[in-house]
Amino acid sequence: MLLIACPYCGERPEIEFAYGGEAHIARPADPSAMSDEEWAAFLYARTNPKGTHAERWRHTNGCGRFFNAVRDTVTDFFVATYKTGEPRPDLTPRSVV
Amino acid sequence: MVETALRRPPLAGLVPPPGDAVVLAPVPPAARFILRVRPAAQTAAGEAFGGPLPTIACRAATEGARAALWLGPDEWLLISPDAPDFTALAGVPHSLVDVGHRQAGITVSGPRAAAALNTGCPLDLDEAAFPVGMCTRTVVAKTQIVLWRTAPETFHVEAWRSFLPYVCGYLAEASREFSG
Ligand SMILES: [Zn+2]
Repeated sequence: MLLIACPYCGERPEIEFAYGGEAHIARPADPSAMSDEEWAAFLYARTNPKGTHAERWRHTNGCGRFFNAVRDTVTDFFVATYKTGEPRPDLTPRSVV
Repeated sequence: MVETALRRPPLAGLVPPPGDAVVLAPVPPAARFILRVRPAAQTAAGEAFGGPLPTIACRAATEGARAALWLGPDEWLLISPDAPDFTALAGVPHSLVDVGHRQAGITVSGPRAAAALNTGCPLDLDEAAFPVGMCTRTVVAKTQIVLWRTAPETFHVEAWRSFLPYVCGYLAEASREFSG
């Protein structure tokens, strides 16, 4: 079973977690000042990388807290996990075998 | 027309697993609260409750029959045989929710208790990985539970009342495998 390291609880089985989409997407401060295109981009446009991806996870069946993870979308390898509010760790992308 | 609300204890009507490899038993009725409070007020909250709030992740602390279970970095499940007096927290920012009607508990004990739980719970329940005093939210099969190891061969399992028949039935069924 895939183990995910919750920043609060430690390594726990994947079944306890819920995926929360891409991380570090700041909600615009003044949505009404944006064009429809800009708003649509905020809502829907995601980086969808092949490789490392910063994304939100929630330890739903555990401490209940959201946190961020850098995961390789090719290998499903969790490169790092860190608390919400902390910057994305500076990681050189893991080479895809 | 007056209708009477009946409180059925956990395990009511359940056929218990045979033998004593795994024993299911209800825990006595208790008051239960979910407390969320920031670090600055955690000592005051523990004093109001009558027992310390553990600050180490996934650990429970007991004071007599009172227990405080760490559920999250600012969240505890409080279990007490009587209703604590929280009025001392009046001026302190916090969230205190009475969940005594929402959930109830059973104990799963016996030499194969961990094996029975592991049929539906993915955690490593070896004593080295899940020692006495450790507690956490986790899952049994399709249901969320709070699991707390109170003795090497005894687990306290909390589940929401409407899910308890499922949890108890699942564990009773799983336990039959270890009853031979
Ligand atoms: Zn956690």
